[in-house]
Amino acid sequence: MTEFRQTRQGYVDALIELATEIPELLVLDADVAKATKTADFQKKFPSRHINCGTAEQNELSVAAGLALEGFLPFATTFAMFATARAGDQLRNSIAYPKLNVKVAATHGGITTGGDGASHQACEDIAIARALPNMTVLVPGDYEEARRATLAAARHVGPVYLRFGRDTYPVVPALHGEFVIGRAKLLRNGGDVTLVSTGIMAGEALRAAEQLAAAGISARVLHYPTIKPFDAEPLLRAARQTRGLVTAEEHSIIGGLGEAAAAAILEAGLGTPLRRIGVRDVFGESGQAGDLLDKFGLRAANIAQAAQALLRPAAVPA
Amino acid sequence: MQSVVKDRPMLSDHQLALKAVALRRRMLRLIHDAGAGHTGGGLSCLDILNVLYHRVLRVTPGTVDSPTRDRYVQSKGHCVEALYAVLSARGYFPEADLATVCRYQSPYVGHPTRKIRGVEMNTGALGHGLPICLGMALASKMDGDAFRVFTLLGDGELAEGSNWEAAMAAAHYNLDNLVAILDHNTLQITGHTRDVMSNEPLDAKWRAFGWEVRIVDGHDYAALTAALTAPHPGKPLFVIANTVKGKGVSFMENVGKWHHGVPSDAELAQALAELDAAEVKVERVALNALSSGAIQASALGSTRSTSKS
Repeated sequence: MTEFRQTRQGYVDALIELATEIPELLVLDADVAKATKTADFQKKFPSRHINCGTAEQNELSVAAGLALEGFLPFATTFAMFATARAGDQLRNSIAYPKLNVKVAATHGGITTGGDGASHQACEDIAIARALPNMTVLVPGDYEEARRATLAAARHVGPVYLRFGRDTYPVVPALHGEFVIGRAKLLRNGGDVTLVSTGIMAGEALRAAEQLAAAGISARVLHYPTIKPFDAEPLLRAARQTRGLVTAEEHSIIGGLGEAAAAAILEAGLGTPLRRIGVRDVFGESGQAGDLLDKFGLRAANIAQAAQALLRPAAVPA
Repeated sequence: MQSVVKDRPMLSDHQLALKAVALRRRMLRLIHDAGAGHTGGGLSCLDILNVLYHRVLRVTPGTVDSPTRDRYVQSKGHCVEALYAVLSARGYFPEADLATVCRYQSPYVGHPTRKIRGVEMNTGALGHGLPICLGMALASKMDGDAFRVFTLLGDGELAEGSNWEAAMAAAHYNLDNLVAILDHNTLQITGHTRDVMSNEPLDAKWRAFGWEVRIVDGHDYAALTAALTAPHPGKPLFVIANTVKGKGVSFMENVGKWHHGVPSDAELAQALAELDAAEVKVERVALNALSSGAIQASALGSTRSTSKS
């Protein structure tokens, strides 16, 4: 039976692990500590948790000021506010001066659920990814989120970490070494390549199972780092397989799909590609599972796109 | 902690007045040569920077990396030319570097960046300086109140909401090591602040936010020094420095177009002639005071400034 855990819990468990090792580590929050789970950190290290109030612009600037003084701030809030509300601060006071600030965003993506579109950030990866100096990490389950946080703490420079709100299936294939900037080969295959980020890793692996049942051998590449983008394994897959399907719990604009498409075209390859993601629409309320169904972010959608790619008619001569 | 600079003799008002003339010359030449800059606001805040860097901030080019130095972040980053003029005059970098301001491949960008020695933080997008200083002031408190943190704000900038987020938080955290100075020249890019987006009553607003508020003549060295050095226990300090946009050049004073105006050759010559006359006047006033017995020679300072830079 599949175990379900929260990526945001993986984040905070890592912070608690790191607190003793790194005395400069501070956690900032914008009065959403229960929702982001940093309340768990606050209980253990009250003097190292700063609640900035419902003021995300201030929160990110305060983090910048603390980083200037040698502290290691993890500025935590919802993805919506970290990138959009405080986008100017993220850009001008963190990315531009290349400060050692970690911006940890929970409630990324459509699975934020009942709160609806106002809180479902589906463009945060695009915003963070467009900023020079910014590293962008999108882990796929509890353990990968924990490892991504440990890696971010040891990385010098600004990092955007994206977590979800819901509980997500544990995917043991993600639990190897976490190296920033390195994609993970989750499954080998020769016909088609499924490329995932975040929680879509599990869906991609299930899609590969479904394709195998239909006699199609699918490779699964996972990108817990969106930037810097590890193009090499993607290009190898583009040469060795007949098509690629990217899958992200994010807008198809500006995220993994576009990063992959650009890398393939710039390498002079014409491998067919389909993007699974939120197709330029706002979200809506509902259970995470229902929303993944509704917005077409399921294994079946990935498998279907892969099969469509492999049909000869899909590729004009 | 609140004391004035102890590692060097404090300059007299007379010496600061001479430096103020030299800094205005330096800044106007810089803007003229660069063909870009914020002349009016630069002139209005120069006396504040003069007092900060010569009397208040515990930082010198030799201690610019010291963890206990005082921090200054210029939130009104567009007046970078005034900052460059003061930093170069204080020896943070060679004056010759100023010839490259705003030029291709120069590190002296049109807004402050940390690449320049003596500049603590990149600024330029308005409303960032105060919240950044809030973070630095929190850090100072966590490090045993090691240093004070200063920022300079503009009138137009106060319309940015992030300032008020920080105003609330600074009082909440009782940051009595944090000082925000308003270069209150009452003009912004398109006109008078009272017409664009009225921000008065400023003193009442900042007091209501929990700050100590002091109102001074922003061109009075003694008043600025007193306001910036007297303790303000338990509260952050907001200094409303009443200034004149374009201060020191008759045809620039209180004229909105000099917000972003660049002097022509003839205008520069006229401005420099006015500054020469101002310098002569500073000297004459001092000599008259001396000869009438109103002051002692020591009041003029230990070393007379003759800098024409």
